Amino acid sequence: MIATLDEKQHTRELNPATEVASLEGVSKNYGQVRALCGVNFTVRAGEVVALLGPNGAGKTTAVKLLLGLMQPNAGKVRVFGGDPVNPQNRMRAGAMLQVGRVPETLRVREHIDLFSSYYRNPLPLETVLAAAGLEKLRDRKFGDLSGGQRQRTLFALAICGDPDLLFLDEPTVGLDVESRRALWEQIRHLVARGKTILLTTHYLQEADALADRIAVINQGEIIAEGTPAQIKAQTCGKRIRCISGLSASVVRQIPGVTEVKEDREAIEIQAAEAETVARELLALDPRLSGLEITSAGLEEAFLALTQDNGQNADRQS
Amino acid sequence: MSTAAAVLDNPRIGRSPGHTATIYLKEAKYEFLKNLRLRVYSASVISFPLMFYVLFGLVLNSKEAIVGGTTMTAYLIATYGTFGVMGASLFGTAAGLAADRGLGWLQVKRASPMPPFAYFFAKVTLSMIFSAIVVSLLLVLGISFGGVRLPLAEMAKLLATLVAGSLPFSAMGLAIGYFAGPNSVPSVINLIYLPLSFCSGLWVPYMFLPKFMRQIALALPPYHLSQLALGIVGAGRHEPVATHWEVLIAFTLICLGVARIGFQRDQGKLYG
Repeated sequence: MIATLDEKQHTRELNPATEVASLEGVSKNYGQVRALCGVNFTVRAGEVVALLGPNGAGKTTAVKLLLGLMQPNAGKVRVFGGDPVNPQNRMRAGAMLQVGRVPETLRVREHIDLFSSYYRNPLPLETVLAAAGLEKLRDRKFGDLSGGQRQRTLFALAICGDPDLLFLDEPTVGLDVESRRALWEQIRHLVARGKTILLTTHYLQEADALADRIAVINQGEIIAEGTPAQIKAQTCGKRIRCISGLSASVVRQIPGVTEVKEDREAIEIQAAEAETVARELLALDPRLSGLEITSAGLEEAFLALTQDNGQNADRQS
Repeated sequence: MSTAAAVLDNPRIGRSPGHTATIYLKEAKYEFLKNLRLRVYSASVISFPLMFYVLFGLVLNSKEAIVGGTTMTAYLIATYGTFGVMGASLFGTAAGLAADRGLGWLQVKRASPMPPFAYFFAKVTLSMIFSAIVVSLLLVLGISFGGVRLPLAEMAKLLATLVAGSLPFSAMGLAIGYFAGPNSVPSVINLIYLPLSFCSGLWVPYMFLPKFMRQIALALPPYHLSQLALGIVGAGRHEPVATHWEVLIAFTLICLGVARIGFQRDQGKLYG
């Protein structure tokens, strides 16, 4: 049975429990700097995992290890159960990395043609161009493309081989809202076709919108892992915003309030339960206006996690 | 499912030789197109040797001048041919490699299933093609305007020798490219390439160099390549051909060794 497995079967039979990529006890240093410390991290078949962290947290290092671009100082890196450097594994993976330079004198279709040739069963050029929204730009030289168009070309290079596993390192950096949404749509299409995606980002809304599971990484360690809802639940529940003459110190005394911030003319309050606090505010200040009550978002969770974690964790974003 | 474990076991999905050959050819084709369209590369690599030849060989020279047993115009095809081949190879490999490394493009290619050797094959092929173009154009100029008369067989031999001679300098370019940063690489190349050319007798003919420089030249690879070329046009110093090839081969191996150290060291560190 093993002998008759062909490649098509290979991809279809990955059951959801299969580990497609993993870091087991991985550490990586650059000289004195510890980029990753004993990290355990798994990506399973068919899921979208977002690796979320501030700049310098170790996200790109993790991706480079999984792509076999460097070796860990300790621990094991596995992709499709084997060494990421193995070309057979590379033929099943695609990557979109942040690059400073792409050969500018080659045309979009030439770049795609070359990368497609590395794979056994690449997608047809037209399909790739359509997926990346590049149909009208096929003959344009890379150097003549705008920032967003360049990103879409790099995305095309990542998907052209029809890989089972896709690494996207900050894929929507520099894209305008429309391009960003379009790329998210494309990612959802890929997921619907059963692809597995590891996405790194510091853009929280993106992780929230796309990921089945988020791993929050800071200073080389994974400090939280779970669904977007689980991560969000790790901070205090509600955010109340209002315009009021009350001073911050008075507001802080209200039972249930965990944090108060002044934002120009408004006050932002974090509280576990919104109703009691809101009642108290309205009672204290009848002239209160602009009352908004929202759920604390991923941003709060993220900041809370990363600030708790590192004594002097810098707020980079 | 019991096949899950087997699925992860990675049956050998190899590439057919035809597929691999296609990759190598495409890599070389696009490397050539990329550099051809890059005016900075194609224009300077081709035009500098031609300009020097026109100036020193055709304009500032009388056709009757004899040097080393042959006409000046023929002599200079050999020396400027060597110069051009060196330039094409160094700029073709080192500049591209340093830029690709320093700015992350090489990482994208390494992360892909591209066979690493295809990358080097493409760069070396590029150097050889441009070397062939430079030498051919020099021959055209020499024959058309310089009164150079060479039998067809000798011309073919000259072309083949100089194109083969691009390999040591491609190896040198790889060694430089692995250690230089993308912004500094053109300066690094010129700092090495220009003095090396001069001291090997590629501009001022060897016999007109001061004595101590003539001694130094014997240790320099471009000197040896130019002597091979000069031997074909009839101006050689009657040294054994084998010695020249040995020096060039040894030089190639040393450079490849250095390049390999750079290759292994290159773990995704980015330089400015």
